[in-house]
Amino acid sequence: MAEALTKAGLAEKLYEELGFNKREAKEVVEYFFEEIRTALEHNEQVKLSGFGNFDLRDKSQRPGRNPKTGEEIPISARRVVTFKPGQKLKARVEEDAGTDE
Amino acid sequence: MTKSELIERIAARLDQLPVRDVELAVKVLLDTMSNVLAAGERIEIRGFGSFSLHYRAPRTGRNPKTGDTVKLAGKYVPHFKPGKELRDRVNQSMQMEEMVDY
Repeated sequence: MAEALTKAGLAEKLYEELGFNKREAKEVVEYFFEEIRTALEHNEQVKLSGFGNFDLRDKSQRPGRNPKTGEEIPISARRVVTFKPGQKLKARVEEDAGTDE
Repeated sequence: MTKSELIERIAARLDQLPVRDVELAVKVLLDTMSNVLAAGERIEIRGFGSFSLHYRAPRTGRNPKTGDTVKLAGKYVPHFKPGKELRDRVNQSMQMEEMVDY
């Protein structure tokens, strides 16, 4: 399996495909993820059509257990991010993924 | 926040880059990420999270209209696991709201 795509790989694409200089490419990639994080931090859903939605869910406190000791410890209330892939991405992954591995 | 709002917010941070270039860049980023997932590969963005594929086993489903059973093939679905920085920032925002509320 190929190495995972990282921010460096994404910046490389902007340089190759759009002729951005390396500094611009790096900054755009950085701000792309930072603006998504900032929106989510402000409890704002992020909808990227064709790709998917990042949603927020508030979870109430629930009973948990330390798997090593078996001791009961409550899992505190928290807000979590979930990702719901869009139709287009889902269809592409369903069709292509794993067919040539 | 929609894709066009994301484009505006990125552009606002980079005054030397025209909005049209940011628009193209966001398209290339999302296309690249989709292509990588469609090729069965992973995406790992430190501080944000990772995207990978999860396998769904074949199962017998039912047509909700007719009630007929249908065999559904196994498939891959995209999955996102938030990274530590994103998890912490989102969770902290809820703790802050609660402090304001009470």
